Amino acid sequence: MSESREEVRPAPAVVAGATAPEVPLLDVADLTTYYQVRRPLTERLTRTPQAWVHAVDGISFRMARGEMMALVGESGCGKTTTAQTILGMVKPTSGAIRLNGTDIAGMDERRLRPLRRTLQMIYQDPYESLDPRFRVRESVEEPMLVHGIGRSRAQRETLAVEALERSGLAPARLFLDRFPHELSGGQRQRVAIAAALVLGPDLLLADEPVSMLDVSVRAGVLSLLDSLRRSDDMGILMITHDLSTAARFADRIAVMYLGRIVEHGPAADVVRNPQHPYTKALLSVVPKRDPRERSTPQILTGETPNPVNVPAGCRFHPRCPVAEERCKLEDPQLRLPAAATSPSHQAACLLI
Amino acid sequence: MSLLEVSGLHVWFEPPSAAEVHAVQGVDFALDEGERFGLVGESGCGKTTTILALMGLLPPNSYVAGEVRLGGQNILAGGEDSVRAYRWKDIAMVFQGAMNALNPVKKVGWQIAEPMAFHGIAQGAAARKRAGELLEMVGIPAASGERYPHEFSGGMRQRAAIAMALACEPKILLADEPTTALDVMVQAQILELLTRLCADLGLALILVTHDLPVVAQVCERAAVMYAGEIVEAGATEALYHSPRHPYTRLLFAATPDLYGRDAMISIPGAPPRLDTTAAGCPFRPRCDVPLARCADDHPELRLVEPGHQAACHRNELVGAL
Repeated sequence: MSESREEVRPAPAVVAGATAPEVPLLDVADLTTYYQVRRPLTERLTRTPQAWVHAVDGISFRMARGEMMALVGESGCGKTTTAQTILGMVKPTSGAIRLNGTDIAGMDERRLRPLRRTLQMIYQDPYESLDPRFRVRESVEEPMLVHGIGRSRAQRETLAVEALERSGLAPARLFLDRFPHELSGGQRQRVAIAAALVLGPDLLLADEPVSMLDVSVRAGVLSLLDSLRRSDDMGILMITHDLSTAARFADRIAVMYLGRIVEHGPAADVVRNPQHPYTKALLSVVPKRDPRERSTPQILTGETPNPVNVPAGCRFHPRCPVAEERCKLEDPQLRLPAAATSPSHQAACLLI
Repeated sequence: MSLLEVSGLHVWFEPPSAAEVHAVQGVDFALDEGERFGLVGESGCGKTTTILALMGLLPPNSYVAGEVRLGGQNILAGGEDSVRAYRWKDIAMVFQGAMNALNPVKKVGWQIAEPMAFHGIAQGAAARKRAGELLEMVGIPAASGERYPHEFSGGMRQRAAIAMALACEPKILLADEPTTALDVMVQAQILELLTRLCADLGLALILVTHDLPVVAQVCERAAVMYAGEIVEAGATEALYHSPRHPYTRLLFAATPDLYGRDAMISIPGAPPRLDTTAAGCPFRPRCDVPLARCADDHPELRLVEPGHQAACHRNELVGAL
């Protein structure tokens, strides 16, 4: 499945955020990540062809420094696999991941390690991502030890205090010697953010950073990420299923379905002028705060199909309310929709 | 008379080697036939404990006080023994994470039929037939009853859990975070199903969730809970458009809206501990508009306009909030 591993690829025709001539912070080009389906012995003996999970099936996007991009979709759409592939936790099947111009796709652990400083991750569940036996001090200082930052304990402590205070845990001295179980969910997520910040990353991947937190503290954590990307000129790739949060905080939204980006553009355009039928359906089912705005949700039947047997033609056609005969045959590529109001708005639908 | 009336409901937990926790502190509300009522609040506010008390399903280290009247009968009067007669037959519940609680080694249809035999509703072939009907009612082909839970998607398992709760034809369905772990599209399907079941079966629904927009879209009325108390209750429209408690207003403001342009705010601080009693309004430390009297005068839930109650001293001022 790695037959298309070319070194040079034509850049996508229109990519938002690529107006600056310099090297983009992150350039994901034609990335695919397939997983092998485990076959029972009988199938292996009878030489049944190997099946693959098309978790990420050819996606391209670029990110600039200081930009927040949201990767939105339902479970199984490939958004988390995309993040894991960028982080090097999963080997891509093909494609390139250029971080500040260096292709890190499939790079071995030894060469990747120094680059990990520039690439940090915040996980969904701060109750699980922090070691329960580590005091806050240890959680924040450990990444520095791994990457050899700070010459002395005192210096590392100074850096940890600074990172904690920038993450909204002030005065940090009150938190340094606490254990995770002594902190609230929002405070734990702030510790996780501080542990990423001490390395001074260029790119932060945030996988559902607030979905485990109480409603009243979500805005605080999101505003923190928003201010950090501005002050530190850091790119943030937020993976979320929550379109309302993406609409409020991200500059750009990419909507994924079955391993592909089906719509991509400035957040306001994607939310207010959606072009792909899947995006339209997804937006219609987001509950609104105002009971008077009870809209008729356009509920798609069934659930996202299994990414092992991806439908032929447009992969959304079996659930699409407006599919035509040709949608079963032709696989649409991302392009500028006729009704777009922004030149960087793209959707993969034959009917736009 | 309402179908269900809860008055002065208190729940205490007595954890081993720790102080007693007063989890529910005098909750009153009523539910009409066929009504869709929301119970909203953040984690630890007592919403799940409240509905578990209605089912008589609290753990043994808990104490309950107050009345839960169903058709005029206080179902809590005789403790566990008196609740048992109503549980599942009159009040049924879809538990949080119910879709992950199906028995993995039993067929789904069998799992729906089993409680029917237990409650003497149907046996054998009749129970299996009824299980098929219940599955159809929640949008699953009857034949799928012969399948195992792992063959079902998350949405289908949640539907099966709802079918199971409906087996004894209850009048009231309690649903605890029924869509929390589901994708938005599947969430919309389940919410539509619950709304349809209420209309078709005349079922009253208590939807417990932390998700205000879900309540806004599904429920006609809702109560907002904070630190074991109901701090505001009324029509969902009134709660959004003219909240009479600062917590409700701030909670809505902390919830992002797809098309909202307002800044999303967070509420500083954390809810009070429930193992100590503090004087005054429990929300005062986090309130953005506290009054001097809030420090030591506990506000009671009072009618502020017809069908709308709130527990905030500001409502006694002219030009409140």
